Amino acid sequence: MITTQKLLDGKFSVELHQFGSSGDPLLFLHGAGGLTGVDPFLEDLSKDFKVIAPHFPGYGESTGNEHIDDVLDAALFYHQLMDELGIDSANVVGHSMGGMLAAEMAALCNHRVKKLVLVAPAGFWLDAHPIPDFFAADLTEIGGLLFHDPNSPVARMFTAIPEDLKALEAMYVERVKRLATAGKFLWPLPDRGLKKRAHRIKSPTLVVWGESDKLIPPVYANEFTSRIKGARTAIIKQAGHMPMYEQQAEFVKTVLGFLKS
Amino acid sequence: MKFTWFHLMPYRFLPEDFKDRYRSVWVDIPRNLYDPKVGHRLYNDYLDQLEFADAMGFDGLGVNEHHQNGYGMMPSPNLMAAALTRRTRNANLVVLGNSIALYNPPIRVAEEFAMLDVMSGGRLIAGFPVGTSMDDNFCYGEVPATLREKYYEAHDLIVKAWKEMDIFSFNGKYTKLRYVNLWPRPVQQPHPPIWIPGGGSVETYDFCADHDYQYSFLSYFGYIAGKKVADGYWEVMAKKGKELNPYAMGFAQVVIVANSDEEAERLYSPHVDYFFNRCLHVYNGFADAPGYRTVKTIKAGLLGQVGKQADLRRDGLTWKDFVDQGFIIAGSPKTVRERLREAMKTLHCGHLMMLMQIGSMPPDLVRASTELFAKEVMPYMRDLWSEFEDRWSPKRLPQNEIQMPAPLHFESRGANGQARSAGIQSEVRSAK
Repeated sequence: MITTQKLLDGKFSVELHQFGSSGDPLLFLHGAGGLTGVDPFLEDLSKDFKVIAPHFPGYGESTGNEHIDDVLDAALFYHQLMDELGIDSANVVGHSMGGMLAAEMAALCNHRVKKLVLVAPAGFWLDAHPIPDFFAADLTEIGGLLFHDPNSPVARMFTAIPEDLKALEAMYVERVKRLATAGKFLWPLPDRGLKKRAHRIKSPTLVVWGESDKLIPPVYANEFTSRIKGARTAIIKQAGHMPMYEQQAEFVKTVLGFLKS
Repeated sequence: MKFTWFHLMPYRFLPEDFKDRYRSVWVDIPRNLYDPKVGHRLYNDYLDQLEFADAMGFDGLGVNEHHQNGYGMMPSPNLMAAALTRRTRNANLVVLGNSIALYNPPIRVAEEFAMLDVMSGGRLIAGFPVGTSMDDNFCYGEVPATLREKYYEAHDLIVKAWKEMDIFSFNGKYTKLRYVNLWPRPVQQPHPPIWIPGGGSVETYDFCADHDYQYSFLSYFGYIAGKKVADGYWEVMAKKGKELNPYAMGFAQVVIVANSDEEAERLYSPHVDYFFNRCLHVYNGFADAPGYRTVKTIKAGLLGQVGKQADLRRDGLTWKDFVDQGFIIAGSPKTVRERLREAMKTLHCGHLMMLMQIGSMPPDLVRASTELFAKEVMPYMRDLWSEFEDRWSPKRLPQNEIQMPAPLHFESRGANGQARSAGIQSEVRSAK
């Protein structure tokens, strides 16, 4: 993994993780929780692709969050980043909030996304299937919302509360920064009008969902496949909202299978 | 020293086991716990209490805004203030306040406050809170990260609308208006005094200092816990070279007066318990939406007054603890005089917001405590801060220009619905 900082437009400084150096570019857009710093599935994907995982402004060391108000600003940010990196078109994989922004990005300028993978993407609201209030969730509830098995070692990595007070404060501040940014697209409900634009997506699209996702239930996959022509769904068993961590091998196999076909 | 009698207007009849059965008094409190027939009685009781406080010589009557809240039944404090304009004569109407980021366009607040100021003959104090996370983010759906920016923009618009005599256009990020032309104009020119209620966000100190607004710390935890915030505020004021005038600060405090310390505990203790243990039972997840507080405030380490940390601070406290730790100032007139003077001096505070009805406290107890305070405590504290000028209170119309409601004497109407009362007839004549 190589980490670099890119300056964009005088507004943003972007922290990028890069995995692998050969193959087509693959842009990974993280979810509301952000990258963990230990994201082994990205390493796996880099066997066939040059993986670029930027921290969205407000996450990690990336700055310029104050210049982003809505999904249009966010989609343009990712397009500008591709310009800066000299990437004309890329495969884009987006998770949760990142899936929502990946879909926006593809709808905005559809020829720049070669293939699109949406992993448990946000972007819609169904009254019959309300999405739990993640922002108000207690730390003790988060594991249950995100994971098929909240007691697994992988899940515990996400929900562990540091004992050291300094570390706890740092974690809290980072969490606030990240979720405050996410709120611009997800608060109070994660619908910013994607339903008006999703039909513009022309890229071959795979929608990936953990079978027991309790945050955004798999029924939401229909909202994407019914609007994006040719899109299909892959369900990952024994996985919740974080299939790339919880069922890493199956996830990587599914995504690579689609991207390489 | 000035005294505002401040009402939260709680629902007094939450069930005994409320804290065990429900997670929050705010945001998702079950609707079926509210009985509108009881609500009708409570609103009238509470307006009576505020009117009584006016008659007893309090300087201000305080109301505030909360939503979906079992201890604050005023989604619109302006309605309560409007009701008070008719039967109160002397006290200022301290509306603390309207959460201006919630109103679209915010000019609505400028209009309603102007109406209240005109209706009351210039007795309004205009409060502009950012609002709590529960109210703004969870009940009203405001995006936490942009709330403050929206608040500042709304403030700029409202103040400009009050000040500007010419029609102007406003091209804000959140509000765009072609014709801003505020009718009616407030009685107090250019505008009523502005007070900013805060809960300990450090940005608010700067905002008040820079605009010469009064800062009101609306805590329920009393003067000992509140000292940290007061000190923070005065430190900012001193750094900016502002006058350290106690009237530039307000502080909320639960105050109870009885004939003796023992009587205060015996009569009022259950109601204090109801307030701290049922009314302030707020689910931790609603206390502080991510982005509601700035990182600067979080790092300043100021705890909120609801949520888990707050619960921990109150858990298992007895009447003696509440008194000793300053959550409440309660007891005989002598006790209250001493404690309150000490408290106001410690905080360097000139405007006391008195919570004299709290929790389940019934009307007779509220009245007794209010009356004792007015007669046995207030007169002995008036001298405090007399060397300072209060520049944050209303400048009302002269007494001879204040109009009070006409007497009610049009009960008798003829079968055809025409007014027969002499009073109405003469009014019609004089209007011609």
